[in-house]
Order: sequence, then structure tokens, then C-alpha cells
Amino acid sequence: MSEWNELYMEVILDHNKNPRNKGEIEGYTHSADGHNPLCGDRISMQIVVEDDVVTDASFIGSGCAISTASASILTETIKGLKRSDIEKLFKEFHNLVTSEDSDSGAVGKFSVFGGVRKYPARVKCATLSWHALMAALEGKKEASTE
Amino acid sequence: MLDESLKSDFPTLKQKINGNELVYLDNAATTQKPEKVIKALESYYRSINSNIHRGVHTLSIRATDAYEKARSKVAAFINAEHREEIIFVRGATEAINLVANSYVKPILKEGDQIIISQMEHHANIVPWQILCEQMKAELKIIPMNEKGELLIEEIEEMISEKTKFISINHVSNSLGTVNRIEDVIKIAHSNNIRIMIDGAQAVQHLSVDLIKLNPDFYCFSGHKVYAPTGIGVLYGKKELLEKMPPYQGGGDMIKSVTFEKTIYNDIPNRFEAGTPNIAGTIGLGVSIDYLVSIGIENIAKHETELLDYATQEIRKIEGVQIIGNAIEKASVLSFVIEGIHPHDIGTILDKQGVAIRTGHHCTQPTMDFYGIPATARASFAIYNSRKDVDALINGVKKTIEVFT
Repeated sequence: MSEWNELYMEVILDHNKNPRNKGEIEGYTHSADGHNPLCGDRISMQIVVEDDVVTDASFIGSGCAISTASASILTETIKGLKRSDIEKLFKEFHNLVTSEDSDSGAVGKFSVFGGVRKYPARVKCATLSWHALMAALEGKKEASTE
Repeated sequence: MLDESLKSDFPTLKQKINGNELVYLDNAATTQKPEKVIKALESYYRSINSNIHRGVHTLSIRATDAYEKARSKVAAFINAEHREEIIFVRGATEAINLVANSYVKPILKEGDQIIISQMEHHANIVPWQILCEQMKAELKIIPMNEKGELLIEEIEEMISEKTKFISINHVSNSLGTVNRIEDVIKIAHSNNIRIMIDGAQAVQHLSVDLIKLNPDFYCFSGHKVYAPTGIGVLYGKKELLEKMPPYQGGGDMIKSVTFEKTIYNDIPNRFEAGTPNIAGTIGLGVSIDYLVSIGIENIAKHETELLDYATQEIRKIEGVQIIGNAIEKASVLSFVIEGIHPHDIGTILDKQGVAIRTGHHCTQPTMDFYGIPATARASFAIYNSRKDVDALINGVKKTIEVFT
């Protein structure tokens, strides 16, 4: 089954099957809905920000394996990160899934999404939860991948 | 079954995708084009390209002749009584917008109602919503059952003196249901209500006889019947079209223009403002010739056999659920797999060269009815074979392997 591995890495399949931090957080400080109008998928992010640091994060909603795994890994990764760190990581992640000359070392766990760049139709799946997160941090209620 | 050699008429099908023979099963979105249609476009631009209707020179006469011949072919294809009842538009979407604006809007008052159905394509929802918003009218929805069949017996109860128009599809693009439009048309007419049928998923699969069916308006898109994109057909009853105001103003739709007053042209030209898609129209005429030469009855039989075979085979796979189980279906097999998102199914099938559509298919209210965001949809055409179905079934099995 190696032909699928470049996109559906084991880590992605695992997070899709057993998503982490899925559900509501009590007392979240920021939240936003991410919507991909191309497929109708919706993923909402909820986070707790204390002194400019994200201390808790979760996601709600359902999507494909790529968007679910991306949301799941995102909630794990951003705990303990400052807003500026998250913005930097988003740029690097976006670069990873869209550009050939990206540095997968800079994105840690997210490196498993490197295969996405070969599937242009799926880039928005990978970035859906990210768009929702960035909107939440900016105090917006909604984000769209379009 | 139709002869497999038919596939060789379609140049796009002779290619490999991701190392595998292309198996094209996204025909409800658009069909591939036969060599004859592609050649007709080239031949138009190489030999008779010129503007139609007004020129006295030879090329213009030839182009006009070819364009108007296509109108006659369309009229014969769907058995319209008069050739001037055929209006060329960009596609089914434009046809519906035209009828909404030029027929329904002038007769619609505040509080009036328009009836559509639960299983419409967005193209047969949004134009009516826009109109209802403008005119403070109301949109009523014919319900359906779990199998994806309209509850036609409920229409009579929905109708009141406020009901001004009904518009429903002939065949559902996301479920494949063939609606009993002859019954709905009769109900509409027995209540003195005019009705439009969206035939975008019908004319390529089953024989359509407008004299027999008797709808007031009917439409379809060229690109779903093996013709180019950007050309479509609106049929309207002559007595209605003749009284309707134009949809767009411009050249070719007038008899005379002064700054004081413009006299509109007769039908069909009144509804064809500006230089039309001449090449596309000629291409549509050629695609209709092609379909007629194969025989719509033969096509229907071929596609029904494929759909039955695909349905039977996919039912054997555990975890797969078919969305849309109407007794009468045409060409469309929509399904979901437990725990696997349709987009992931689409990507893995594409890796094997199998092209299907995944998503809401521009029918979000239909998806909402089933409580799902999307389906995977395979849709069949004349060039598909049982081998193509086998490739689909194998692909679905592989998808399940990857995700379990």
C-alpha cells in the first residue's frame, strides 16, 4: 500500500481514526468556525488563551482524513505556544503544503502533511482548522478557505 | 450493452491517469466529447466562422444555416412542436434564471408561492430564492422519502391560489431519481399552474417527448449531452414565450431601435441577445446527431444495465451505503462509506485512474435531508463498460483497506 503513503501517512490515518482533543472545552476564551465551501466541511476550533499563551485547544466537527488529522495535530501542537509562535508555524505549515522548497523540519509533527502539496485539491482540507484557529485568535467568528 | 468500441470515439478517454487507464465516472458533472463534436468546432472556426443572422455574405449565410439547423435538431430531439420554441442559452442555469425573470417575475405578487422540491440542484433553488426575496414571495418544498422519491401525492395539498409556479428536476443529479414528472405536470395543469422541468440529468439518459409530457418549460445543458460547455437549451411553449418580455437586451433581439422605442424581435431571437455561442450550438447539433445514431433507447438500456451491475456489486461491500434508492433511477450511484470521508474516497480512486465526484453535488438541501455533508458519486455514460464498474468496485475496496 506504499502508493498511498505519501498522502495518507500512518500518523494521519491514526489521528483520523482517533482524533485528539475533539469536543467542547468548558470556559474557552476564543472560538471560530472554519468552513470549506468546496466540500461543505466544517471544523470549529475552541481555545483558551491566558497571557498570550494558548493553554488549551479543541476542535468540533467532521471532515475528511486530512482535515481531521490536521485539526487533531493542531490542537496538540499549539498548547503552550504564544500567538506569535502560532503565526510563524502557520506560515511554515502553509509553505509545506503548497511549496516544493519548504523545510519540513521547521514544522515538527506537521511534516506528515508534506505529501499534500502533490494534491492541490486537498490543500484546503489541510488548512481548514488552521484558518479557523487564526480567525479565533483574531477575534473573528468565522473563517473560510475561499 | 453498447459496443465497447464506442469508447474510441472519445479522445480524452485514451489516456493514463496516475499510471492507470482513465476510467471516467463523473458524467453527471460533464460528459467527454466525441471526436465528431470536437471536429465540428474546429471545422466551424476553420471554414465558416462569421456572425449570424445579419450578414448578406456567403460565410454569414452558411454560419446562420448551421446555427439554425442545430435548433431544428434540438426541437426534433426532445419533440418540441415548433422549432422557435427552442431558445439557446448558456446552460440549464441560465434557462432557469431566464424563466424566473421573464415569465414568473411579472406574474408574482407579494405573498405568492413557488414550489420546488427537496432534491433540486442549487441552480433550481437559488434563482427562485432570489426572486422570492425580491417579490416577498415564498418558496415551498415538495418533500421526499428516505429512498429519495418525491411525495407527489402531497403536492395537491401544498397548492393554493397563491401558488404561481412549479419547477422541479426530471432526474436528480445527486440521487439519480427519475421523477414522475408526467404526474406532477398533470397536477400543475389541473390547478392552472405553469411548470418548468430541469432536464439537465435526463435528456442524455432517457427519451424525452415534450409533446407527450406537456411541460410549459424544459431545459438542459449541452455539456452533459456530449456537447461543448457554454451552450444549453430552454424550451418554452410558444404561446408563453411570445408574451414574455426579454431577459437581456442587445443586438439580434430587436426588430427596430430608436431612442424613443424599441420593438422586440419575434421568438426565439427575442431571447438570444448578442452574438451567441455559434460554435457550441453547432457542436450541440452534432452531439445530438451522434446520440440519435446510437439510439436513446439503446443508451438507456446500456446505462441501466451498468447502474444495476454497479448497485449489485457495491451492495456486497460491507460498510457501504447507497444514497438514493428510488425504484426509477438513471445513471447515478451515490454512496457513503462508514468512517471514510468522500474526499478521501475520491483521492484514492483518482490514484487508480478512476474519476468520480465527491462533495455535495450542488445539492446541499438533499445532503442535509440525509444528515451527511457529502457523498461519493459515480455516474455512467455511453462509453462506460462493466470493466469500468469493476475498477470502481476495486477502488472502493482498496479505499476501505487503506482506512482500516
